[in-house]
Amino acid sequence: MYVAVKGGEQAILNSWRLLAEQRRGDTRAPELTLAQIRGQLGLAVDRVMAEGSLYDPELAALAIKQAQGDVIEAVFLLRAYRTTLPRLGVSLPIDTGAMRLQRRISATYKDVPGGQVLGATYDYTQRLLDFQLAAGGTVASAAVAASALPAAPRITEIMGSEGLLAAETPAADDPAPRDLTREPLEFPANRALRLQNLARGDEGFLLALGYSTQRGYANTHPFAGEIRQGTVSVEVVPEELGFAIEIGEIAVTECQMVNQFAGSATQPPQFTRGYGLVFGACERKAMAMALVDRSLRAEELGEAVTAPAQMQEFVLYHSDNVEASGFVQHLKLPHYVDFQSELELVRKLRARYAAAQPKSTDTAEAA
Amino acid sequence: MRISTSAADTMEGYNFAYLDEHTKRMIRRAILKAIAIPGYQVPFGSREMPLPYGWGTGGIQVTAAIIGPDDVLKVIDQGSDDTTNAVNIRRFFARTTGVKTTERTGEATIIQTRHRIPETPLRDGQIIVYQVPIPEMLRWLEPREAETRKMHALGEYGAMHVKLYEDIAHHGHIAATYDYPVIVNERYLMRPSPIPKFDNPKMHMNPALQLFGAGREKRIYAVPPYTAVRSLDFEDHPFETQRWEHACELCGATDSFLDEVIMDDRGKRMFVCSDSDYCLARREKQQPAVA
Amino acid sequence: MMTETPLLEIQNLGYRYGQRAACVDISFDLFPGEVLAVVGESGSGKTTLLRCISGQLRPDTGQVLFQTRASETVDVWAISESARRWLTRTDWGFVHQNPRDGLRADVSAGANIGERLMAIGARHYGNIREEATAWMNKVELDTARIDESPSAFSGGMQQRLQIARNLVSRPRLVFMDEPTAGLDVSVQARLLDLLRGLACDLGLAAVIVTHDLAVARLLAHRTLVMNAGRVVEAGLTDQVLDDPQHPYTQLLVSSALPA
Repeated sequence: MYVAVKGGEQAILNSWRLLAEQRRGDTRAPELTLAQIRGQLGLAVDRVMAEGSLYDPELAALAIKQAQGDVIEAVFLLRAYRTTLPRLGVSLPIDTGAMRLQRRISATYKDVPGGQVLGATYDYTQRLLDFQLAAGGTVASAAVAASALPAAPRITEIMGSEGLLAAETPAADDPAPRDLTREPLEFPANRALRLQNLARGDEGFLLALGYSTQRGYANTHPFAGEIRQGTVSVEVVPEELGFAIEIGEIAVTECQMVNQFAGSATQPPQFTRGYGLVFGACERKAMAMALVDRSLRAEELGEAVTAPAQMQEFVLYHSDNVEASGFVQHLKLPHYVDFQSELELVRKLRARYAAAQPKSTDTAEAA
Repeated sequence: MRISTSAADTMEGYNFAYLDEHTKRMIRRAILKAIAIPGYQVPFGSREMPLPYGWGTGGIQVTAAIIGPDDVLKVIDQGSDDTTNAVNIRRFFARTTGVKTTERTGEATIIQTRHRIPETPLRDGQIIVYQVPIPEMLRWLEPREAETRKMHALGEYGAMHVKLYEDIAHHGHIAATYDYPVIVNERYLMRPSPIPKFDNPKMHMNPALQLFGAGREKRIYAVPPYTAVRSLDFEDHPFETQRWEHACELCGATDSFLDEVIMDDRGKRMFVCSDSDYCLARREKQQPAVA
Repeated sequence: MMTETPLLEIQNLGYRYGQRAACVDISFDLFPGEVLAVVGESGSGKTTLLRCISGQLRPDTGQVLFQTRASETVDVWAISESARRWLTRTDWGFVHQNPRDGLRADVSAGANIGERLMAIGARHYGNIREEATAWMNKVELDTARIDESPSAFSGGMQQRLQIARNLVSRPRLVFMDEPTAGLDVSVQARLLDLLRGLACDLGLAAVIVTHDLAVARLLAHRTLVMNAGRVVEAGLTDQVLDDPQHPYTQLLVSSALPA
């Protein structure tokens, strides 16, 4: 005798407990602390902050712990928390020209004012698994400059002064960008809105799109004009004071790609730029973002829109991993009402098909 | 066999129904606009919810914006109150509002649903909230949002019939079985969410207010009470709903949408009501002693 | 013919791409049932002109006046977008050079032809299908293939399908952009024959943009010659092609039609 499935509620509660147990793992090993995650999984923390659009290393570390290291799940946790936060004010634009640099490289000039600063990077580590790390051990201290690096002008400013690089000046009335997390995305989206979307977009998605532009799907002939990473001050102007005060500092990575542009009827040939800015030390993401930003400018620069990375609606509607993950995974929710309707249809069509076939005794199908 | 959630385990530290009042007001404004323009998709500032996109975030935001302490909430998925997603959403509201929840269609003031309309006719004063995955009916014809909005504005829906024509040409009848296109109030083409077309006639002139929320796509739309909802068809191939050769094997109903349940690995099946409350109520009436 | 009101009046039309002028001060009239060819080499502005007069590209200057089937003269660029889109589905047709641009690739031939009927309110499947069948006959397509998709058709057949899809709403004016380019010579000839027959039988007016003077000679009553965005010569097709006055036309005729 069939009994309708009951007990969904109990199943969910049990699932929660099982998950908590799995998360903790073998209790003979010490439990992870948030300080350890912040301190030793810093790049994961940065990525969760960037895609979670919330600069809070402590909460990002908590999210990573709660999600067992599943970065997209951690981003989701951070986003869901972020929604509930009040909006107290808007900061002034950060000044990346005044960045306290930890790393700064340019691929377009051998040497630049302020110098090339390699900083901490995996680029030249040769990727040999370090078995000493498995055993645990002490770390030799690194040689660093005695005093902080001086602020260095951005390469794009140097190029801009020569007129080689298209100027990017704010619109006359410099309208405040719309807030994507408060208002729906509408098309065509202007560049400020696009950058906002890309900054919180999925690193993997942007990486693949950026890569596609290099492989001929809308080549923009990019050069990494400058990548800089470090900390910048965040300032606000409280209404009651009327002047800016610093409320703290955040770590960011900025990438300015310099791209060819043939010029048009109204503009001489010059370089144009693609821009990437991400919380923390997410260099790969910043570079991919800059490639995609540039390719999304195709329409305003009078270039033919032919490749996915140039299509606004395609890129901006599919960049968000929380949206994508939810919708892909909703396929595991029950769909049996719709499926029942399809079953009926397919059976009807099959019956009609069978009826139209010449009579034959050996093809009878079990009902 | 009925589950009710007590208000005892409500959540501390969050506003009533999770969303802050400012956000609720924004959503209510979108809902009012949607009611004023039946079937029109109103863009709204959909928030990131603690449930995944595609799992009912639109419906949840609509419900959160309209629910009050005196409301009685019913949540169904596939017609059933007891599927895990329905349970999860009902728990969410029980924890964040403390309101009374119910499985009885007649008792509810708000019914949030995924993929079904209850068999028990809705009445004046009730609100049914649909979870919508993709609100745009024209999406298969035209992928660009800018263009589909123009097609709606100009009422250019002829191309929608091209799909129906194709079905008849290839299958002899219209093959769409769910998410079947409708025209609301003789003006806007609307996607009824993936309810079976069996439920389409229930939307027509329904006394209840019908609200549709699409969280990921950031759209809200509505069918006000007593509004005409017409399923698209051809004069010589009129709209038809599914019919079953079976009655529900639990309650004997012949007028309800049936789920097919596989009983063993040799293909034995039985058919039972998809609306679990409807089925149970019928059985209780037949056999008042049933536990 | 001279006492009739023109179907289409173009007055001082101009369009620029940035610094470059694509169409300069173009004026002409088109009368009901008249076929006009616009010839010139690529870059002469003829396709821009076609897009401006067919409601696709708003001209910078000038007017496009059209007399609707209700005998009402409308300024194509002053009416609402809704009214303009309605025109493009009813009184007008547009045959693209590449049938892919003018056909819906993922639905059957029958649905392609029936789409305009459905767009203007036809809701009887049987009638739509009957009409689609009749049009397949008229453009000499095998009606047994009504449920096949356009991709199963050859290039010439796709072009016939595109023509049927346009003519089903009985337009009074059809715009054609190089309708025979890209087809084999023998297929071209049959298509031109068909077009000539249809234009004559239905009393269609047409504006045909082509770089092929043979197309103009076969189909057009009158011909405009464009060079660098300007109309340099206009007149009866035979006159223009047999006795060209403007040096550019002379060059065009002598290079295209070797003796």
